[in-house]
Amino acid sequence: MAALRSSSAAARVLAASSRPALRLQGASIRGFAQLADGAQHSTTAAEQPAKMKTFQIYRWNPDTPTEKPKMESYTIDLNKTGPMVLDALIRIKNEIDPTLTFRRSCREGICGSCAMNINGTNTLACLCRIPTDDNADTKIYPLPHTYVVKDLVPDLTLFYKQYKSIKPYLQRDTPAPDGKEYRQTKADRKKLDGLYECILCACCSTSCPSYWWNSEEYLGPAILLQSYRWLIDSRDERKAERMDALNNSMSLYRCHTILNCTRTCPKGLNPGLAIANIKKEMAF
Amino acid sequence: MIAQRVGTTALRRVAGQPKTFFTANLARISATQTRQVATQKLTHDDATNLLAQQRLQRPVSPHLDIYDKKQTWFGGSIWQRFTGSALSGGLYAFGAAYLAAPLLGWHLESASIAAAFGALPFAVKGGLKFALAWPFAFHALNGVRHLVFDLGYGFAKRTVIKTGWYLWGASAVAGSYLAFFL
Repeated sequence: MAALRSSSAAARVLAASSRPALRLQGASIRGFAQLADGAQHSTTAAEQPAKMKTFQIYRWNPDTPTEKPKMESYTIDLNKTGPMVLDALIRIKNEIDPTLTFRRSCREGICGSCAMNINGTNTLACLCRIPTDDNADTKIYPLPHTYVVKDLVPDLTLFYKQYKSIKPYLQRDTPAPDGKEYRQTKADRKKLDGLYECILCACCSTSCPSYWWNSEEYLGPAILLQSYRWLIDSRDERKAERMDALNNSMSLYRCHTILNCTRTCPKGLNPGLAIANIKKEMAF
Repeated sequence: MIAQRVGTTALRRVAGQPKTFFTANLARISATQTRQVATQKLTHDDATNLLAQQRLQRPVSPHLDIYDKKQTWFGGSIWQRFTGSALSGGLYAFGAAYLAAPLLGWHLESASIAAAFGALPFAVKGGLKFALAWPFAFHALNGVRHLVFDLGYGFAKRTVIKTGWYLWGASAVAGSYLAFFL
């Protein structure tokens, strides 16, 4: 999904960045990674002592595949940088090292592109504040136990295939009674809250040790949450088939309630609870 | 695309500093953003082969080493497995030894073990009992926690974190009680 999105995102960025050139005079351009326009942030930088912060970032280049992945350090002044880790990454890419590679698009936690492991926990770089309480280096890795395409970009092909395998769409045979739309009671609609918000960023799945060791067969928390979203949709008529597809030792039951998924979800959802609910539905 | 991006970067700089761009920034732009455009036309098969080639070489990103230790190394779930394996492994080992004892001339009857154990100093006695009692307490308490999870309760993020730490405290207390006060 992110791969599909990236081309259109790139086009948008190109369009957006060429726009200011058309209105040259009075140009105060506010880039992604800057706090404010040039004049303003030069004064704030002069007033405050520089707040330097070092980021250690995982690097691996597919053009030189025999070189081992390594951590590279970048130090930037936080006074000149936005508050989020994504701001820092964009600043590093813009000003220090243009070869640093990562996915990003919306910068507001709705696209799920910038999922990565920051200081040991998976999260979205755009929703994660740069830790300022201590001077420790911030360590940034790609999502754990994924194949690395380059630097912070993981290969999520398997993840999307697994998503496809649960048939994430409404399946029904009976037409709507009024011939217009499939209606739902308020209570039934409410059951989808906490599920439909999932943006498939893969933070939870790649935080799960069970998924690390069994990703070939175990679906992982994100896909199971999506699975539950379709299982309890009152409009869907394939509940039995959906349950049947999960009824084996691997797809669902590799979940051992480790709950790293619930602790890591950057959207505050609860994949662990969704999986427990599926298990309950299967049992009773 | 890279070529276009170089162009837009230049445009952005023109827009940002219109007066000095042509004099001051020309050298800097060419120094910072010159990446050679290296695209080449590929047939579908070549592209697929290239992807397959790349996929063979991709490293797996680090996982256990870098993930938050509180969640991976001190998580209740993995210790449930450790303690369970230790307890059942210990039981099997003792059972097998008891079975083999008459053949090997060992004395593993309750009476002789109790006599040998009674002769040990208090600290060693307590330590040995704790080594058995703590895994038992941890496994029992966390077992209850997991049963509650299976009923669909206790999944709030704060509850998960809190009960995880309570578990360590409670199992240490219960293990000590079983070891030193019984």
